[in-house]
Amino acid sequence: MKKFTVVWILFLCITALLSAKGQQGKEVSSESQKTEITYFTFSAAPDHLDHLQEMISAFTQMNKDTEINVETAGWDDYFNKLQVNIAGGIAPDVFELNYENFVTYASKGTLYDMSSLAASDSSFSEDVFYPRSYNAFQYKGVQYGLPETFSTVVLYYNKDLFDAAGLDYPEESWTWDDAIAAAKKIRDPENDVWGLYTGIQFWEFYKKIAQNGGSVYDQNGNVVIDSRENVEALQTMLDIQNKHGIMPTDAELAGVSDGDLFVSGKLGMLVSGIWMFSAFGEAEFDWDIEVEPGMSTKATHFFANALAMSSKTESPEASWEWVKFFTSSDESAQMRIRTGWELPTIQNQDAVAAYLTAGSPANRQAVFNSLKYSIVPPVIEKQNELQDGIGQYLSEAKYGSMTAEEALKMCRELLEDLK
Amino acid sequence: MIVGESRTKHSLWVLFFLLPASAGLILFTVLPIVSSFILSLFSWDLLGIPEFVLLENFKRLSGDQKFWKSLVHTLSFVGGYIPAVLVTGLLTALLMNSKIKGRGAFRTAFFIPVVTSWIAVALLWTWLFNPKFGLINYILALVGINGPAWLYDPKWAMTAVIITSVWKDTGYVMMLFLAGLQDIPASLLEAASIDGASGIKRFTAVTLPLLSPTTFFILVISLINSFQVFDQVWVMTGGGPSGATSVLVEQIYKNAFRYNNMGYASAISLILFLIILIITVLQSRVQKLWVHYV
Repeated sequence: MKKFTVVWILFLCITALLSAKGQQGKEVSSESQKTEITYFTFSAAPDHLDHLQEMISAFTQMNKDTEINVETAGWDDYFNKLQVNIAGGIAPDVFELNYENFVTYASKGTLYDMSSLAASDSSFSEDVFYPRSYNAFQYKGVQYGLPETFSTVVLYYNKDLFDAAGLDYPEESWTWDDAIAAAKKIRDPENDVWGLYTGIQFWEFYKKIAQNGGSVYDQNGNVVIDSRENVEALQTMLDIQNKHGIMPTDAELAGVSDGDLFVSGKLGMLVSGIWMFSAFGEAEFDWDIEVEPGMSTKATHFFANALAMSSKTESPEASWEWVKFFTSSDESAQMRIRTGWELPTIQNQDAVAAYLTAGSPANRQAVFNSLKYSIVPPVIEKQNELQDGIGQYLSEAKYGSMTAEEALKMCRELLEDLK
Repeated sequence: MIVGESRTKHSLWVLFFLLPASAGLILFTVLPIVSSFILSLFSWDLLGIPEFVLLENFKRLSGDQKFWKSLVHTLSFVGGYIPAVLVTGLLTALLMNSKIKGRGAFRTAFFIPVVTSWIAVALLWTWLFNPKFGLINYILALVGINGPAWLYDPKWAMTAVIITSVWKDTGYVMMLFLAGLQDIPASLLEAASIDGASGIKRFTAVTLPLLSPTTFFILVISLINSFQVFDQVWVMTGGGPSGATSVLVEQIYKNAFRYNNMGYASAISLILFLIILIITVLQSRVQKLWVHYV
């Protein structure tokens, strides 16, 4: 009996502690009368948490009765957590979405209609944004998010390797034939130097078929992924690795990332995102960037993130103020340029001027030149299934278990199923 | 004997003490199992409202190439892993049962992988299997063999996963066999040698049959676990290269949390449950034929 009494007392103590803790929380919020909103982000942690806090203090200074609670998750876990929170009825008030996932969330009615908020807010003007990025976050004519940042993909090249091979540097007008020819001269098997790396995966695929005048869906939404242009474009991608031997296979890379291969000075050209600038800063050779080569035409990536609000938010006004501030204020744009935290989506000439001269690479103008040709990926409700499915058949082609034609035929079947 | 009021009181106490354990079990095991069965009849994307579709998920399963491929890969994992881990486990147990120096240290060493987290083990072996910098291909090269690309080669990736799993679980199987070996009465082995049985004969005619209850237990447990292979695959290959190591639980995970097909994922887990159930029932039926209790 004695033992039991001890257990019982312990149990009571724990219950008392727990309930006290709960009450404590309530008291604080009722005392301060502040509106609390939750902001859920994948892009801040781990490198930019300080910069986010800086923006939050700037914001709360102007909006003294709002408090922002930040929650972060890494990219790989972010959407799991977001879905579960939405399903569990505890969605964050404001959260980040990338363009590719946006449609899924908008079509399920989980996002707050920002069109009406924007219309009734005289201090807001959509003209501050690049129209392309602003319009990207509309679904059936309704604005469901404000663009936060954008980025693109460019051709990185190792100037030293080009000099050593006696080659001219890449130009904006280059096609893949030019790049392949240069890569063959740079390739040096004895020293393990490779010519070119451009991944054989979904993201490169939809861009390269656009460079050859093809697409995944036609204008009426019919699946045309196995068109002649697309087979040709995929064959060009495969040839770079399997026929010309200027690009390492997965086994030859042996777990080394394409970016690390470039930084180590063993790669002539790399197609990768502008988010690699700071990582490549440590390279011990001269490098620069240029607009990615094309085929019959040019096409480049357009990646964008936006801030969206939960349709169930209890504080739409406060949330809207934060969304507006974080996406379109000059403070936020300048902070992004200063800290290299992606590119702001507002058309601020001072910020752009600062960006162009912010350091290596020298040819930062290529980032903006790339945007002239930018395209967006095909986006459907079942986006992850589309990406993984196409990715699977591309890897079958890469490993040689299917031809380019067979792989795209399988992709066609898949996409028709996903409709 | 407890009667009347004190008996009711007694059972109340029992319930009270059962509460902490059973609450956890009901909340985190029974409820999810039941809801997963029910969900397999629905189409639900986590964001909207579940829609009742009866057997639609199972119809889709029957024509899903990815599902069938992952089933074949799972079976090939089980087929490679089970015999290998039984043999390595038994051999190490026999070795650790003999009187060698530093036996305790060896037993501990063999058991360390069992208590190491899968993430750490999988990352370690990813390095060992690295075709360019890895130890395994280095050693193979020393004896003149040009090693495969292992995790980057669709033909070899599953073998690499099996080798890793066998390495990790050998200690566990060894420990169980060791306990079984120590339960075999020395008098029986002695009697056999007096009858003139050789070492091999003693092993096949006395040790192995008397170990059969242990073997049966290990077989049941290992089969259940190996059908649920996931951690090592997810860390080492993510299901690749080119889908060569895509297994059932990986398909469940992807469908549930990447494609938001909760109902479909539940349907696959139900199939997995049925496979394991049938195999376990079969095993307990067949055991009468080969398991000998002392």
